[in-house]
Order: sequence, then structure tokens, then C-alpha cells
Amino acid sequence: MYRYSAATLLRQAMTDQKGWPAAWRSTSPKARYSVLIVGGGGHGLATAYYLAKNHGITDVAVLEKGWIGGGNTGRNTTVVRSNYLFPESARFYDHSVKLYEGLSRELNFNIMFSQRGMVTLAHSRHDLEAQRRWANAMRLNGVDSELLDREGVRSLAPALDFSEEARFPILGGFVQKRGGTARHDAVAWAYARAASSMGVDIIENCEVEGFEIGPEGPTAVQTSRGRIKTGAVGLAVAGNSSLLAKQLGLRLPIDSLSLQAMVTEPVKPVLDTVVLSPAAAVYVSQSDKGELVIGGGLDLYTSYGQRGNLPTAQRILAGVLTLFPSFSRLRLLRQWAGTVDVVKDSSPIFGRSPIPNVFLNCGWGTGGFKAIPGGGWCFAHTIATGEHHPLTAPFALDRFEKGALIDEAAASGIAH
Amino acid sequence: MLSIPCPHCGLRDEDEFVWGGEAHLVRPRLDCSAEEWAQYLFYRDNPKGIAFERWHHRFGCGQWFNLVRNTATHTIEMSYLIDAQRPDL
Repeated sequence: MYRYSAATLLRQAMTDQKGWPAAWRSTSPKARYSVLIVGGGGHGLATAYYLAKNHGITDVAVLEKGWIGGGNTGRNTTVVRSNYLFPESARFYDHSVKLYEGLSRELNFNIMFSQRGMVTLAHSRHDLEAQRRWANAMRLNGVDSELLDREGVRSLAPALDFSEEARFPILGGFVQKRGGTARHDAVAWAYARAASSMGVDIIENCEVEGFEIGPEGPTAVQTSRGRIKTGAVGLAVAGNSSLLAKQLGLRLPIDSLSLQAMVTEPVKPVLDTVVLSPAAAVYVSQSDKGELVIGGGLDLYTSYGQRGNLPTAQRILAGVLTLFPSFSRLRLLRQWAGTVDVVKDSSPIFGRSPIPNVFLNCGWGTGGFKAIPGGGWCFAHTIATGEHHPLTAPFALDRFEKGALIDEAAASGIAH
Repeated sequence: MLSIPCPHCGLRDEDEFVWGGEAHLVRPRLDCSAEEWAQYLFYRDNPKGIAFERWHHRFGCGQWFNLVRNTATHTIEMSYLIDAQRPDL
């Protein structure tokens, strides 16, 4: 792997930036791989990397129908946090945040992880009480959180509307200081580069069209670039999980919905933390380029359209302007949507499937980006050993038959 | 903005309606297996393309009805009464 450093930056500057090698190898598929990972987003690429690094399995291909990181990995609002309510979620997501904390160094790629804190706002006495429980539950789970009063929120996000007439008066809230944002494309590229350097093949423009399943599990995968033999398949195809599962003859407890995001024109620094208002159902951060990155609730019906609809966009923007009246004169630069796997208990579906050697990594709902390193770590373990990882065992598909749901719907921030 | 044809009120804007999920789910007998019950409660077809759905005209006539909608293009094919048979499409 061509190591990135200040010295290489300087050397490339001397030679007119013409000597940079490709970050990962572009290859055609071989006839057979030990493991095929379907989906070249963050989760698929991280899985390939940890298969190679933690388990020494490098006879792996990542199949991506479009381009690397072009699905939900490139469409999210880049927030990383582990402020979950239940112990199962807290353990998993905090493992993921910890991996993020060392990721730039580990992958020799600046993913621009900025632990600028995630502030959740309380607008009523009931919000204050619920968030006190929430923040204390996080501490019991070993995750950092600090309760804030009104002045505490003002010191972190002074652009909020603190006037007496505010539609959502700010009474307090809490902050997870280890939360923040990361450059989403860089996460995909960094994992792709590191996995590729250890021998993983990354095959773009390669759409899976069917599976051949024997008694021992998968034997081959039909793709738009030909038939590829394999012994194990990992699905990491957020938004399309039900469609790929159908090709395997499986049904999943998932609905696919659109989640919108948008950015304003870039402005000078005005917000150096992530602000979430559960009551206004929006969250905002400012990118390093200066754009305000805005997210909100789902478009509440199934869609594979990847664009979202106007009423939801209006609701999200109205919520942002209620919290930050000074943003009203900014122009919107881009609006888009990703298709997300929504599960009834708002927890992922992870691990073994009913078919031997076919593994599922799906159901991340509106929060898959923060889970990329942890998801890749645990998915690699599951594929390598055939067993659930202790951190993701509670998220197995059979929880729906057992009734062992992990109902994070109320704790993940916005009640969709 | 979707324009949704309520069978009782005619074309109305989508924000008058609430999506109610897959239509024509049949509730199994109460002594069914845990797998059957989970299939009924949680598992869905979630198709890309034509979907049969229940919708509620919450801020209109208050009635539930069925809608045939394309989940990839958002084209609406037809709506029909809540107790009607699933049409052959």
C-alpha cells in the first residue's frame, strides 16, 4: 500500500500531483472466491477489511452494482454516536465509535472524524425527565453523557433560538462529547484501499442477479459480470435487503423507506457540534466545507425512489428554521434521499440466515453509517466462524420468533 | 407530493393520509406456531414495483382503504375499498 504522509504529500506536490497511484485495484472477477460480499458500501468494505486483518481470509470479493460508497454510505448525514438506551445497542454502537476513534491512523487515511459532540435538546419538562433517564442509562452502559441546563446548551450552540417567544423553548438537554461526524466517502475509500492492499478484490458495476444454493449453502452467484463460484455469501445491501433476500427465497421483517437529507450553501463556522431536537424531529451539523447538513424524519411509506417527497422536506426545513431562525436566508444547495431498511424494533438484523453460509447485515434503519466499523468487525467474525459475534448476537433474525425485540424506536433520537 | 385517490373523497394530497403497511395480511389462528405469528406480525414482501397497501385518510373521511402503488416510480395504479378482494394486476 502506498502510504500517505506529509512526506508523500510534499513529494507529489513537487511532481505536479501526477504520481498518485490508484487507491485500490480495479479487477475483473475470478472464477471462484471463498467469500463473496454483496454490497460495496461501508459495511461490505469494512467486512472485507476485517476478514483479511482479523481472520486472515483474503480470498474475498466485494460485489458492488454501482460504484463504491455510492449508496447509503454516500447519502447519510455523517453522524457518529453511541447514545442508545438499551445495553445491547450501547455495547455494539460504542464498540463502533471506539473503532472510529482509531480509524484514520489504522487505515492511514484521513476520515476526518471530528468528535465535536452531539447535543440532544429538551424543550419541555417531560423531555428533561426522559433525557435524564436516557443520559443516565448511557452512563450505566459505560457510554459518556453529560446533562446540560439551558446555559450549557447555549454555550455549545449559541445560534439556537433562546428567545422567550421560541416555539420550542430550550430548557436543557444532554451531550455525548465523543459523538461527532466523519467524512462518509473517506470511510468507504479507506476501507476499500486497505482491503484491496491485503488481496481483497473490489468489483464495481457488478450486479447480483441470482444465487445457486446447494444443501451446504451457496455454490455460486450469478452477476452482470458472469457466474462466480463461492462457499459463503454475506449480504450488506442496505435498502435492497428484501430484494436480495427474495432472490434467496427468503422474506425479511423489513420495510424500505426513503430518508431525506439536504445541505445549504457553505457559510462561515456557525455550528461546531451536532444538534438534535427530537421534538422538532430534525438534526443539523456543519460540514468542514461550511454547508449545514440537515436530516430529519422518514418519508412514511415504502419507496425505492431514492429522492423523497416535498411534504417531508418542508417539515424538516420548518423544524430547522424554528430552532435556528438565522438560517432562514440560506439557500438550499442539494436535497437527496437514501432507501433505508426499517425494522419494527429499530434494531439491525445481523448474523446467520436460515440458509447455511449465507449471512445478513441489514436493517440498520436510519443509522447505518455510525455502525460501519463495528458492523464490519462483527460481520467478518460471523462469516469467518459461522457463529454470531457476542456484540451482535442479540440482533439475530430469530429474535422475531422469540419475541426478544430490542425496541430502540424511542431511543435513537427521532421518533419516525 | 403524492396525489392519492381516496375511494370516498377523490384525489387528495398525501399529507392528509397515513400509510398503513402491506394489505391483505391474513391473521393466523391463535394456536399457530411462533414462526407463523412472527411472519404475520413482522415479515413483509417489501416489493420494488407494484405494492398492495393499506392507507388511512386520517385528515379526511377517516376511512381505511387499499391502494396499489409502484414503490419505485411512485405511480398510483388504483384504490379500492378496505373489504374488497385484491385485484388481479
